[in-house]
Amino acid sequence: MAEHATHVEGLAHHFVSMEQQKEAGMVGMWIFLLTEIMFFGGLFLAYTIYRTTYPEGFLFGSHLLNVKLGGTNTVVLIVSSLTMAMAVYYSQKGDRKKLLAFLALTLILGLAFLGIKYVEYSTKIHDGLFPAAATWNPPSEGEHAIPVEKQQAVHVFLWIYFLMTGLHAVHMIVGAGILITLIIMAQRGKFTKNYNSPVEISGLYWHFVDIVWIFLFPLLYLTGYHFTPGGH
Amino acid sequence: MAEHSHAHPDNPLKYYIGVFTLLLVMTGLTVFVAKYDLEHIWPPLNIIVAMTIAVIKATAVVMIFMHVRWSSRLTQLIVVSGIFWLIIMLAFTVSDYYTRGGWPTTLGQ
Amino acid sequence: MATEVMETTESRVNYLNNGTTVKSWLLTLDHKRIGLLYLFSISFFFAIGGIYATLIRLELITPQGDLLTPEMYNRVFTMHGVIMIFFFLIPSIPAVLGNFLLPLMLGAKDVAFPKLNLLSWYIFIIGGCLMLYTMLSGGIDTGWTFYPPYSSIYSNSQVTIAGVSIFITGFSSILTGLNFMVTIHTMRAPGLTWFRLPLFVWAHYATSLIQVLGTPVIAITVLALAFERTLKIGIFDPKLGGDPVLFQHMFWFYSHPAVYIMILPSMGVISELIANMTRKRIFGYNFVAFSSLAIAVFGFLVWGHHMFTTSQSMYTGMVFSLISYAVAIPSAIKTFNWTATIYKGSVSFDTPMIYALAFLGLFTIGGMTGLFLAALGLDVHLHDTYFVVAHFHYVMVGSAVIGYLGGIHYWWPKITGRMYSEFLGRISAVIIFIGFNLTFLPQFVLGQLGMPRRYHAYVPEFQVLHILSSAGASILAVGFTLPVIYLAWSIKYGEKVGPNPWMASGLEWQTSSPPPTENFTYQPVVTHEPYEFENVEEIKQARQAELQRA
Repeated sequence: MAEHATHVEGLAHHFVSMEQQKEAGMVGMWIFLLTEIMFFGGLFLAYTIYRTTYPEGFLFGSHLLNVKLGGTNTVVLIVSSLTMAMAVYYSQKGDRKKLLAFLALTLILGLAFLGIKYVEYSTKIHDGLFPAAATWNPPSEGEHAIPVEKQQAVHVFLWIYFLMTGLHAVHMIVGAGILITLIIMAQRGKFTKNYNSPVEISGLYWHFVDIVWIFLFPLLYLTGYHFTPGGH
Repeated sequence: MAEHSHAHPDNPLKYYIGVFTLLLVMTGLTVFVAKYDLEHIWPPLNIIVAMTIAVIKATAVVMIFMHVRWSSRLTQLIVVSGIFWLIIMLAFTVSDYYTRGGWPTTLGQ
Repeated sequence: MATEVMETTESRVNYLNNGTTVKSWLLTLDHKRIGLLYLFSISFFFAIGGIYATLIRLELITPQGDLLTPEMYNRVFTMHGVIMIFFFLIPSIPAVLGNFLLPLMLGAKDVAFPKLNLLSWYIFIIGGCLMLYTMLSGGIDTGWTFYPPYSSIYSNSQVTIAGVSIFITGFSSILTGLNFMVTIHTMRAPGLTWFRLPLFVWAHYATSLIQVLGTPVIAITVLALAFERTLKIGIFDPKLGGDPVLFQHMFWFYSHPAVYIMILPSMGVISELIANMTRKRIFGYNFVAFSSLAIAVFGFLVWGHHMFTTSQSMYTGMVFSLISYAVAIPSAIKTFNWTATIYKGSVSFDTPMIYALAFLGLFTIGGMTGLFLAALGLDVHLHDTYFVVAHFHYVMVGSAVIGYLGGIHYWWPKITGRMYSEFLGRISAVIIFIGFNLTFLPQFVLGQLGMPRRYHAYVPEFQVLHILSSAGASILAVGFTLPVIYLAWSIKYGEKVGPNPWMASGLEWQTSSPPPTENFTYQPVVTHEPYEFENVEEIKQARQAELQRA
């Protein structure tokens, strides 16, 4: 450590060695994920409190969500996590072709997730279920009717749904941007066996976003899966 | 100065495939269980099952995909402290909501 | 100001004369220059916050609300709080002194992520500009606490933009904390083990922990508030099914620990000042180091003591009250250890030490009155009175700002390579101490008598105490203005100093003043324990010989 390092490809001037630079990047990303845990944590707290306040409303609201689309998205994200892990693996092996292939695959899966999310959102907004004052117009008659006395509780569930999944989707969009950057860098041959921490660090971010969804899926989609409105 | 990381396995691909399979199976399981109304047995049972499965899935991703199993002590400490602080926030706030209602009336007189 | 420095410092290349264009400052990746950028930005916000404080104290000279309308007064005290907390106190020591000193103290060339460091200054500036816009377009009138439903539904002021501004500024704080944590973990010089770190570094580590873990929660909270206000969603509004007490939980989960973001770095500064100005190894180094971490952890477990008068459960209130008392333990450990360090030390009464001594007294008062407020029953009486106002000003001004000023004076020769006028330094430190106490001691009495905070008119019986307080504030204003003048003067005319004018320990004193851009011309290697002073034994023997002769 004490000796002065001669110039190494990819080593910033203020670091002494590649190991130090890599460690700093990894620790930095993990601490960033720590802040992300607390960021989403505030919403998980709100979820917990409102679910105990409005248990019925949450069953009802959750029932409005499309489990098939949500489930598909869960699988899409799981596969994308695998492809991301593979991309990291091949970046460490120095295999540029496979790295590029898996990065591209991950990007496609991420975009597929966002596409499905778009379909879900537009259906909800079309049904008058976006909980802003200007768009909130829940059906009180017909097949998907929400009884008037439950509408406020369903409103609470739906803003939690939109805020949590919306924030998650923003993270996905950022993730897609990161993947595009990585693909460009990989294409230019920036990554070698010795210098690949950007891929590894981005991988951590991608997996974190997957983990958030792992919790969102049962909390939002599956809570009311066994529930039949008017039944019991 | 840095804690030496535990050695990465030579071929982590088998771990990756294993975790991937586990995630898919667990997703199927959680959807399957959610179809049944376990709340008749015990009100919070549905959510407990769902959250247990989610925690198992998240642990698998953190440990294998995110390499925490093979990472430095520092990384492991950061992960644990993140969960710890989240639990602090949830536990203290929830404890407020669950214990409201003031003193037993006999003490009030 | 930068060009003046260049003309007068030695021809040797240092971080100040290495690049003289505006661009070389605005695009700098040098942690020392970024620290100075922060120094100017937060001084600007301190001045604005000070103007608001002046308006408050002027209004309160008379019992009738004759200077400002009630609506104006609401805006004035809110803007005073928001600007002082989010744009001065939270960035103060970490972003200025921390940025400047942390890599120097660690023997590193820079922080771990220099670009991120510059980015966080720009984020701060963007947030600051939004806050200035808020200010110019009428300000906000919710109190710095933004409690809904008033803030989200009823207030006619710029709550949304202010919320976005705080959301953005929060990321500046998070990124600074992240940068510091990684730097401390990975960039220490060879031989610099954790228990050889200066206590300033320990304090900043604890602070960064809070910034990283707490700030995201306030970010999501104000974001939700902004959504509620713009979209009319029932997030916290009870009329739409929301829960305003949940907002208070989420708000204070950050905002109580935020108090420790302000005070912990100041404690780190005081540890340095006391050890170096008494030329003694700090008493109980490990205890002082770990008490910083303990304060950071305990600080997250006490937020409910701001909510004793809400619908919060009394059982939870008891737990929060007890843990709030527990925070006194690590705080007292520090205070006692500092006092023990001074004992039998060779104490100098230079300006930084006067600030350190002021800190000891004022922090003790601020901390002890905090215990009054942590008591469930007493808090019902004192809640939202001037007692609370006096208490937190003793902690935030009497401790945090005093520590900041002490630190600025102590490291000023390192930052500029010049010494300020010691005479004026001592005078203004004493003026600040007197002015501060005259301003805020009467407020304890006022609060105890029942004067509520945030009122612009009051019963005539309180007028004498309010006049005393306003008189103190004007003395305080003089005390705060003096350093600006003589410090600026010293940049051009001050006496040039060598690397170590205080004969202090620590890596930052081994490099030249001002330091070169790369901080050290060699790779420092640490072989000493912290606060080891070379000639301590000689001084001790001389003193003993003197005693024997007597």
